Amino acid sequence: MAITYPTIGGRRRRRTRYQNGWALAFLAPWLVGFLAFTAGPMLMSLYLAFTKYDLLTAPKWIGWGNFGRMFGDDPLFLQSLKVTAIYVFVGTPLSLAFALAVAVVLNRGLRGLDFYRSAIYLPSLFGGSVAIAVLWRKVFNGDGLFNQVLALVGIHGPSWISEPHTALGTLIALEVWQFGAPMVIFLAGLRQIPREFYEAAQVDGASRARQFWSITMPLLSPILFFNLTLQLIRSFQAFAPAFIISDGDGGPADSTLFHSLYLYQEGFVNFDMGYAAAMAWMLVLLAGAVVAVNFIFSRYWVHYGD
Amino acid sequence: MATERLTAIRDRVDSRPATSRWRPGRRLLAHVALVAVTLVMLYPLVWMVASSFKPTDEIFSQPGLIPRHFQPSNYAEGWKGVSTAFSIFIENSLFISVLAIVGNVISCSLAAYAFARLNFIGRRIAYATMLVTLMLPTHVTLVPQYILFNKLGWVNTFYPLFVPHFFAVDAFFVLLMVQFIRSLPRELDEAARLDGCSPWKTYRYIVFPLLRPALVTTIIFTFIWTYNDFFKQLIYLNDVQLFTVPLGLRQFLDSTGDSSWGPMLAMSTLALVPPLVLFVTFQRQIVDGVATSGLKG
Repeated sequence: MAITYPTIGGRRRRRTRYQNGWALAFLAPWLVGFLAFTAGPMLMSLYLAFTKYDLLTAPKWIGWGNFGRMFGDDPLFLQSLKVTAIYVFVGTPLSLAFALAVAVVLNRGLRGLDFYRSAIYLPSLFGGSVAIAVLWRKVFNGDGLFNQVLALVGIHGPSWISEPHTALGTLIALEVWQFGAPMVIFLAGLRQIPREFYEAAQVDGASRARQFWSITMPLLSPILFFNLTLQLIRSFQAFAPAFIISDGDGGPADSTLFHSLYLYQEGFVNFDMGYAAAMAWMLVLLAGAVVAVNFIFSRYWVHYGD
Repeated sequence: MATERLTAIRDRVDSRPATSRWRPGRRLLAHVALVAVTLVMLYPLVWMVASSFKPTDEIFSQPGLIPRHFQPSNYAEGWKGVSTAFSIFIENSLFISVLAIVGNVISCSLAAYAFARLNFIGRRIAYATMLVTLMLPTHVTLVPQYILFNKLGWVNTFYPLFVPHFFAVDAFFVLLMVQFIRSLPRELDEAARLDGCSPWKTYRYIVFPLLRPALVTTIIFTFIWTYNDFFKQLIYLNDVQLFTVPLGLRQFLDSTGDSSWGPMLAMSTLALVPPLVLFVTFQRQIVDGVATSGLKG
């Protein structure tokens, strides 16, 4: 029987007893899953990235060929990077800004908070589904809801989803429409900020804006960082809305050719598995770099309580 | 106790009573702004439901919500589908979702118990590895997984869509349960051990029953993720008889184009009913789940 020693903090300390056998048994499913569905496939796709493979004949080693093709003579790949970058770097800040603004207002203590929060969160729950993408197609069609509303104020709008310079905008709008999820996370974070801080600031005569920048932002910065990281990783992988809105081809004029959509076409329509694997690794590297830069800069603006 | 932690979360998420921090007039202004935001957010959904009862030509000529010609036959027409009844798609989606849920509940809770309560060599490394898999884009494993399932002859079956869930691949839920188990008092485990319970019995009779709130969150979000998923279903299912709701909608869209909006919107509305019912029933758990762990819909 283990003897327990009381320590100063009241915590008990035990001699470490290892339960390796039990742990292995409990972790067996996870371990098998990790090896078979994550680690193994990752190594495999790293290998495939340097091959030409069509699923029928054996993979053929072509060295850096796939990567040369991406940046040398595949304008579509570069286009897909551009589209994805615009989507990520416009959509993410916009939806976080909306989320933060609404959360701050809601947190001030209003009747009906539960209703507002649920109603605004609801689109996030449906967001990535095909049904909503179908709806979006109808909303931003030439005869769609959006133009009907514009017509009320006398504006005659184009068919937003079939114009190359507006199609991506409708997808960004769809992303921003789902700002409810980060808003709920912000609200939970705002609740942790002691009200006394604001009361003290008010006594000292600080304005609302000053309170926001000097109390809310620093104390909320870890949550903002968390939301930002989550949102970035998600946006890089967006797929279903672009697929549905463009009939699967990234049109019009490749203006909605997301990285994931192009990967789908190369890998699962043309069965160019090697190239698709190389593209997937490129995404890991690029998304990883963005997250890493975000992480490095976080030390200048994220405050973890002193 | 678990319930204490729940109450703590609930307090955090619950509404506070209205305070007097508003200047007169500003409160009204805030309500007006919030009602406007809420309207913009919900209007497309309301419009979809309203339009699903309109004849197609009325949808794009009348922005109003109330149909002039009430046409519920959109639902009948959509339900018949192109070649296959929509009910098949719903059955298939539910079948895959239920199996994914069973898999996640069992495998993630087993792994979480080990990470939270057992001492073993390599625990830190294994746990860190699990956390890293949270951040990985799924695309990087997509191609080799397809090759693997193709070799196993599983393409054009449901297996690739639920079998991985029996192997705790959704690290989010493992993390959620680890955090929950850590909040349970260790004395419970100790007492069970002193009474002669093996780790298995402790898990089965003490920890698993107490995990219920975390399991509810897992069940809800596994359902929504599996039900909404499109990419994997698109690449693995080719046979119309195996199509799920998203694939059925896409097929309908492809074959009718923009010509039959009514039935199309009727089926899209129907497709959103299961997640909506979940949301209405488990609103609190869903919002708590998002607030505490960053899960998204």
